[in-house]
Amino acid sequence: MTRYVVERVAWLLVSLLSVSVITFGLGVLAPGDPAEVVLEHRLNQPPPREQVLAQRRLMGLDRPLTAQYLHWLAAASHGDLGHSWLKGLRVSTALGERIPRTAALAAAAAVLAVLIGLPAGILAAVRRGSIADHLCRVGALLAASVPAYFAAYVLILMFAVRLHLLPAFGFGSASNLVLPAVTLALGPAAVLARLTRSTVLETLGEDYVRTARAKGAGTVAVLIGHALRNAMVPLLTVIGLLLGHLLGGSLVVEYVFAWPGMGDLAISAVHARDYPLIQGFVLFAGAVYVVVNFAVDLGYAWLDPRIRTGRRS
Amino acid sequence: MPARVDPLPDAGSGQLGRLILRRLATDRTARVGLALVVVCAVAALLGPTLAPSDPLAISTDRLHGPELHHLLGTDGLGRDLLSRLLHGARLTLGSATIAAALVTVIGLVIGTVAGYAGGLADTVLMRLVDVVLAIPGLVLALAVAGLFTPSLLSVMLALVTVWWAGSARTVRSLALSLRERPFVEAARATGAGQWRVVTRHILPGVISPVVVLATLEIGQLVLVISSLSFLGLGAPPPTPEWGAMLNDGRVYFLSNPHVVLVPGLAISVAVAGFNLLGDGIRDALDPRLASVPARPSWFGRRHRAPATGDGPTGPRRPDRHRFTRS
Repeated sequence: MTRYVVERVAWLLVSLLSVSVITFGLGVLAPGDPAEVVLEHRLNQPPPREQVLAQRRLMGLDRPLTAQYLHWLAAASHGDLGHSWLKGLRVSTALGERIPRTAALAAAAAVLAVLIGLPAGILAAVRRGSIADHLCRVGALLAASVPAYFAAYVLILMFAVRLHLLPAFGFGSASNLVLPAVTLALGPAAVLARLTRSTVLETLGEDYVRTARAKGAGTVAVLIGHALRNAMVPLLTVIGLLLGHLLGGSLVVEYVFAWPGMGDLAISAVHARDYPLIQGFVLFAGAVYVVVNFAVDLGYAWLDPRIRTGRRS
Repeated sequence: MPARVDPLPDAGSGQLGRLILRRLATDRTARVGLALVVVCAVAALLGPTLAPSDPLAISTDRLHGPELHHLLGTDGLGRDLLSRLLHGARLTLGSATIAAALVTVIGLVIGTVAGYAGGLADTVLMRLVDVVLAIPGLVLALAVAGLFTPSLLSVMLALVTVWWAGSARTVRSLALSLRERPFVEAARATGAGQWRVVTRHILPGVISPVVVLATLEIGQLVLVISSLSFLGLGAPPPTPEWGAMLNDGRVYFLSNPHVVLVPGLAISVAVAGFNLLGDGIRDALDPRLASVPARPSWFGRRHRAPATGDGPTGPRRPDRHRFTRS
């Protein structure tokens, strides 16, 4: 177990470093001279050459890339991601203001995905071949094929325009959260449902389940005692994937619903070519993703003794 | 390390083709998928010929609903939506196809080198793969696309930079297991050079399943390309790319939903076709994976590590990798 944890921690550090290298690389590859952009914003006109050179020295842009990277990394590890070129704000402040909103949206979507996906998958497995099973299959296909932004418009059309039940766009009240959260939950719910279905089906065919049945255990007891417990292992893996869904999906969903979260900020940053802000977003999203997957790996070992002890079946 | 990832028992191209044909003959959903994919392919190939009018021609018939003269109606600038859709098929599906081809070629080269050469090359290349997969796909694609001026080309470039990693990983696991096969060992024993072993024995076994899988991945690439175009990073106006068409229609959506519904349905149908066909063929390739999600993630990490368990890719996970057998 210790060896496994040490391995995972080492891998966590390597991953975080790679995310930082990619993020820094994006800034280096970005077209335009940062010093010039900053000055142009300050002076509101193309800056004179000497001033650009002075600014480059001030920003450390005349130093070798490795030195720049180390300097950037040291600052970033203290939460200092520089200033947004356009807003003049600190990147950490701009992101910090948006993160709770995206987190609220993502959390609501994650809860919805589990509430829809898990029961749907179990039902489809237990009543294999029934109408419920077919409906689940169709639902999963739709969720995997309909782009999130289109699903969003269809939901708006149904619930906001036709039925007047929910507000279409905006931010503020709890009712504003419903449609974006449902849109964001569709994809993960489908993945969860399909995975739960196949895992439960697999478990129901096992010898020990037959033994339990033969000894008189009821369907519910078998489901809870065996099928669901085994289903937890792959479901844990899905949490990591789910987070990728949510981080990527929030870009599109926030844009459609005018939800002022991190994704919305990132898209306007890309349009404005505000690289420090883009870098901040990539670094944050990447770091969260890596850390959650690290936690999933540990949770995995905790659930599956074969990994913990290093024995492999 | 024993190769735990076993490719198809008969990865030869003839067998694979027969397997897929048999699947199509017996599986109704796969046939539906094939039909949809064929419709899309026809639209992409003949679209400009079939289109009733110029997709860029602006007219005063703004925001007309479906009618005899404009079968799918017109958009906010009075352009015929059917013509735009038919022209856009080539752009959207074509760029997804080209991206899939590029991803496959890069994946084949890197995956084969890593899997066959092993050692340091393998370690370095696979860590590179892990690095790319450490950031959610759409997030990285957005950032890369943001480096260039918005165009279909920059979106494709962003896609390839992100997507090659998953392909390389698949190829590597196939090449790795082929390396240990008796016929490869026999070839080596009879004095065949490295180049000959790779080109004559490894690549033929790897290519056919990888190409099949790449084809089926076009649906996912369509989703991402149209998403980025929808976000304004892809094809600039007035290009009739499907995602961009949807973005154009946003403003008129509340009063004239058809401007959004038409391109949205087109994207959904195309992706559903590839997904249905893909599920069917994947089941044919490995019946044990039947009903396991074809694509664990749209925007996240594309493939979990196949169960190699030999590196920082992590412990054995439930087999969701298509080629993985436990």
